[in-house]
Amino acid sequence: MSTKTLIVVGNGMVGHHFLEQFCASPAAADFQIIVFGEEKQLAYDRVHLSEYFGGSTHADLAMGTVEWYSEQGIQLHLNEQVTGIDRDNQVLETPRGSYRYDELVLATGSYPFVPPIQGNDHPHCLVYRTLDDLDAIRASASGARTGVVVGGGLLGLEAANALKCLGLEAHVVEFAPRLMPVQLDTDGGALLRHKIEELGVQVHTEKATTDITEGEDARLRMNFSDQSFLETDLIVFSAGIRPQDALARASGLAIGERGGIVIDNHCATSDPHIHAIGECALWEQKIFGLVAPGYTMARTLSAALNGDRESAFTGADMSTKLKLLGVDVGSIGDAHAQTPGARNIRFNDEQAGHYRRMVISEDGKTLLGAILVGDNSHYDTLLQYALNGITLPENPETLILPESQGGAPALGPDALPETASICSCHNVTKGDICTAIDAGCSDLGSVKAETKASTGCGGCTALLKNVVDCELEKRGVEVSKDLCEHFPYSRQELFHLVKVNGIRTFRTLIRQHGTGQGCDICKPVVGSILASCWNEHILATDHVPLQDTNDTFMANMQKNGTYSIVPRIPGGEITPDKLIVLGQVAKEYDLYTKITGGQRVDLFGATLSQLPEIWEKLIAAGFETGHAYGKSLRTVKSCVGSTWCRYGVQDSVGMAIRLEDRYKGLRAPHKVKMAVSGCTRECAEAQSKDFGVIATENGWNLYVCGNGGMRPRHADLFATDLSDEELIRTIDRVVMFYVRTADRLQRTSVWMENLEGGLDYLKQVVLEDSLGIGAELEEHMEGIVDTYQCEWKTAVEDPEKRKRFREFVNAPSQTDPVQEWTVERGQRRPVLESA
Amino acid sequence: MKPRTRWEAVCTVDDLVPESGIAVWTEDGPVAVFYLPHRLPALFAISHTDPFSGANVLARGITGDLKREPVVASPLYKQHFSLRTGVCLEDESVRVKTYPVLLDGNQIRLEVPEIRRDSIAA
Ligand SMILES: Cc1cc2nc3c(=O)[nH]c(=O)nc-3n(C[C@H](O)[C@H](O)[C@H](O)COP(=O)(O)OP(=O)(O)OC[C@H]3O[C@@H](n4cnc5c(N)ncnc54)[C@H](O)[C@@H]3O)c2cc1C
Ligand code: SF4
Ligand code: SF4
Ligand code: FES
Repeated sequence: MSTKTLIVVGNGMVGHHFLEQFCASPAAADFQIIVFGEEKQLAYDRVHLSEYFGGSTHADLAMGTVEWYSEQGIQLHLNEQVTGIDRDNQVLETPRGSYRYDELVLATGSYPFVPPIQGNDHPHCLVYRTLDDLDAIRASASGARTGVVVGGGLLGLEAANALKCLGLEAHVVEFAPRLMPVQLDTDGGALLRHKIEELGVQVHTEKATTDITEGEDARLRMNFSDQSFLETDLIVFSAGIRPQDALARASGLAIGERGGIVIDNHCATSDPHIHAIGECALWEQKIFGLVAPGYTMARTLSAALNGDRESAFTGADMSTKLKLLGVDVGSIGDAHAQTPGARNIRFNDEQAGHYRRMVISEDGKTLLGAILVGDNSHYDTLLQYALNGITLPENPETLILPESQGGAPALGPDALPETASICSCHNVTKGDICTAIDAGCSDLGSVKAETKASTGCGGCTALLKNVVDCELEKRGVEVSKDLCEHFPYSRQELFHLVKVNGIRTFRTLIRQHGTGQGCDICKPVVGSILASCWNEHILATDHVPLQDTNDTFMANMQKNGTYSIVPRIPGGEITPDKLIVLGQVAKEYDLYTKITGGQRVDLFGATLSQLPEIWEKLIAAGFETGHAYGKSLRTVKSCVGSTWCRYGVQDSVGMAIRLEDRYKGLRAPHKVKMAVSGCTRECAEAQSKDFGVIATENGWNLYVCGNGGMRPRHADLFATDLSDEELIRTIDRVVMFYVRTADRLQRTSVWMENLEGGLDYLKQVVLEDSLGIGAELEEHMEGIVDTYQCEWKTAVEDPEKRKRFREFVNAPSQTDPVQEWTVERGQRRPVLESA
Repeated sequence: MKPRTRWEAVCTVDDLVPESGIAVWTEDGPVAVFYLPHRLPALFAISHTDPFSGANVLARGITGDLKREPVVASPLYKQHFSLRTGVCLEDESVRVKTYPVLLDGNQIRLEVPEIRRDSIAA
């Protein structure tokens, strides 16, 4: 059978979603797929475009990876615009060639509408749609003081926020008498305006721009029809979008009166071999400018190409909920009460700045629409009433009253019918979620992975969690504890999400799976997960803010704000020359010196700015960081073993050094300690460590999950008479299994006790490979060993990273005034009571 | 009479670390300047001195938000301080000094009380 060719024009959000759906379907096997994208970048999350100004990169926003495309066998042509369609011969034209197709998908999205005002082609007149647009805005903003956004709709306000973030004085100019005229009414618009002006964005309504000329005090002047004017350094047009239908138009496909490629319920255009999805498509005279309907079209088309005529696109709900400049705004269904006989209930608290309006049917039984400004906490409940036609309570006003005034509590997930749509992006109903749970999903993470719910715009995160928790509780499952207020997941679930979705930054993780900005609980946990998964330098810019101060500055902070330094001394073995260097450095910087319990030397009292200098000297002498600051492997303690000791049966020092070199730097949920003894006399106290190794005549016995400290625990015998290689492979597996599945700050002992089945289960997983993940665990460990770098070496060699170690960035010679010292037993120590 | 203040230039945008803090030396002593690019306003300045230990370390704490309030956690004993008001969330009777901060071109400026120099000059 000859393979057919399917071409997708446009590599945006919807085009990409279509490929994900289609490639997973049987019909994919019959097609060679080619994709053309006009933009340079691989499809990215346009919905979160503005985060590009907050430090997110294209990689954070990307929807997929080049590797994924090549794995699927897709030919990807980025930065290549399709310029023509020859429908008779089924051939596409681009500046670089012609391509034959059997089936063609147009996913060309839309373009920003720029009103035909004289002067709109000035270089500082810009738009807000693509990453390139944002680069242009950023460039224009440098050297600018003020910026104007033309258009007070949803995107315009988002653009105004961005201008503010870029440090500009921001203005919004709107033609209509209020902001967001499509979604809000007069009262709602007025409240939004008030709130936004309080935040320092100036709003000008009922202004029609006549032309744009050179400014006197700024680059540009906008002249309005009422004779007034406004000077500004740059203008962003956000006056609506238009479907990108040029290609379809030129090839004679049916186009709507006001633009848009006409499609039927299966996304076919007037040519049966050409299909259109996303914002370029016009269905029953309607364009859908949101991502969820586009995704539904993508799924419908994928089904249609698989011969499924049952599923059809039947319109979409255009309700929206968002936060504009920190202000909640929500609009549901028939917000403007256009249904005949519709009635309104309004709640307006000017004091608190909350406005809520419900539009209800003539008989008072169903909710038709709603508007919310200032507080979106009622949105989910109202949306469920509207979408599912749930009969309103007798006093419907209770739904929008504050609870103190007799308001009804939010609609519990129990009240929702099975057919209630929970996630509109991925078309997941409550019934789908129950099915997933009955099929074995036992936490939020696995429900998300199984159903894809809440992996689109993220608007349904809270509702999904409520439904999942409620359903799990009904089935008697204990709902796992949330890490903190920002993530409704345990550490293990987060690890899974990071690994499976290839997430590499905290921003991406919290945006897709959490809320807010994070805190000192979740940030270090995520930092450690990212480090365990990808092993990037902990001072990489993205990771710096995630770490505890000890991890950030790679030293242990002491009570007066100075740090202690612990170089690695693998197995406790050190040459006299190296020992002398330690002494010299300690002397030069007057560092208090003490031998630790882990057979190393701890140097106390270094100031922040001394740390890189000290490490430069230590590194030159061959030292590496000891990770005493990290939740990672500390030391592998050893006795001298068979080399010197008359009882020794194996080279315990050699093995200790080998283990320490292998696991150094690995980030774990908590610190990890190991020890190796050269015979059963156990002089290294291996049985009080997370991993204890004791030599036997035939090899090594491995003990696991012991610890000293507050709640000492003897390690359990795990395996006996292992060869060197077997020992390392076994430890690899236990360590990685611990890293992947333990909770935050859980030592190995507690982790193992909490595993269902305890030690026996752990033995099955590791020794018998009962989960079939043994090879994967070893491979993961191997990858980490291969990418090891001494963090201190990387840091001292990089001037950008060294900048972090300035005590006061504007005063290099200023010493910290509270660090007072005295001398005791011949060494310097802090004065106890700080001034 | 309103005490006299001045807008002291303390560092440039390049010195800031997103989602984190840096310490600067001002006429009023050590101050921690935080840059949280994902919220508005994005700049905050509070005293660098941890009131519980007396050590100058607050700029080295982890930032974030608790119930939407922007905070930094002391790196020593982990109390949280509001970046807006300086109030300690665990003990509201404790509060650290806050300073108005603004971005002027590429310069970060803090409003600090002006040290009266005339008596010294006299
Ligand atoms: C700032 C901003 C915020 C938004 N916020 C939200 C939100 O909160 N919620 C929501 O639901 N939606 C939001 N949207 C809208 C959402 O991004 C769009 O609905 C979605 O991106 C539409 O996907 P699409 O694939 O149809 O179009 P696009 O993502 O625009 O992709 C179309 C792609 O096709 C390419 N293309 C066009 N013509 C050609 C050609 N001839 N040859 C090759 N390539 C071509 C384009 O360059 C583009 O890359 C927002 C949009 C913006 C700009
Ligand atoms: S454990 Fe055995 S080999 Fe090691 S020092 Fe003690 S007696 Fe010697
Ligand atoms: S035992 Fe207590 S005082 Fe001693 S180092 Fe540990 S935490 Fe500090
Ligand atoms: S509704 Fe958008 S992700 Fe669920």
